[in-house]
Amino acid sequence: MSYYPYFVAGWLLLVGAFGIVRSRNLVHAVVSLSVAQSGTYVLLLSVGYQRKATAPVFGSTIKPNLKVVDPVVQALTLTDIVVSATVTALLLALAMQVAKRHGTVDPDQLTALEG
Amino acid sequence: MFFIGGGLVAVLYVWAVVGMPLFGSIFHPYRDLAIHAAVAHGTANAVSAVNFDQRAIDTLGEETIFFASVLGAAALLRPSKEEREKRGGHGGAEQVMASTRLAGYVLFPLTIIIGLDVVAHGHLTPGGGFQGGVVLATGIHLLYVAGSYDALERTRPVHLYEYSEVAGALAFVGLGFAGIVIAGAYLANVVPYGGFGHLVSAGTVDLLSFAVGIEVASGVIVMLAHFLEQAIALQGGPHE
Repeated sequence: MSYYPYFVAGWLLLVGAFGIVRSRNLVHAVVSLSVAQSGTYVLLLSVGYQRKATAPVFGSTIKPNLKVVDPVVQALTLTDIVVSATVTALLLALAMQVAKRHGTVDPDQLTALEG
Repeated sequence: MFFIGGGLVAVLYVWAVVGMPLFGSIFHPYRDLAIHAAVAHGTANAVSAVNFDQRAIDTLGEETIFFASVLGAAALLRPSKEEREKRGGHGGAEQVMASTRLAGYVLFPLTIIIGLDVVAHGHLTPGGGFQGGVVLATGIHLLYVAGSYDALERTRPVHLYEYSEVAGALAFVGLGFAGIVIAGAYLANVVPYGGFGHLVSAGTVDLLSFAVGIEVASGVIVMLAHFLEQAIALQGGPHE
């Protein structure tokens, strides 16, 4: 069980990649990419996890102590999510342009390159 | 073909994983260093301390990526020559159920306040500029869910948000230069740290969080405005 979250992360990455490969719709491909990226969130957070530890946020009731989960990987996950959101937004905008120019969002029907 | 590549990745990944520390173990050297640094600068939320103090230059890059993405989306989604704005209304308020409208009007002020709270307490409780900014932008769009696209258009002058997005980004960069002038290092934490756990504490962490909050809220609003304009307000593209 001690490796289980890591394998969940790897499975998410592969299943997302499989979704992109099998995709017949550009929007579906973008969502599959998000699934693949969420594998990295799971990996980062499980790297920083410690059993029976609390969140790395202190206050008047919780004095600073070291029995908390790793804040560094949580900050990295935040960066990861922001990057993922920006990539998704740009790709969806591209998908809209493709739909407008070619009248289809099926990657298999987009054969010719156009200037 | 995919299964060969995927299988290879899976084998390499499993190989890497079995060499890692066990899940949930107590071995976290970066955690120990980051917590000490956060407490030394009077920041109660260690995640915000990492984001806006210890790794602030990384957050500057992150913020710039976001800024570039809003620019890119705006460039990709600008109306083409064939398209023009639909005349008349874009679907009135009468199509919205009364319960949805009520929920929207109740939730609109609530969401705005929660968003401001998340931005303002980013250094004390879970939250910060990125999260609060998205909550704020979502709150504005409750007007569209509860009312109509026209109501959203009237209350949301997009060009003002474009300026405030730039202002947020410039504030972040400017605070970085203040660090050079006062302490000799870009994005150094130059403001007094204040009392640990107080609203005014953690030095530049909260200021940078505010700058990011303004930028993210404005950026998300601008980006969604372009998407909504494409989806609702335009007609007459080559394939319509």
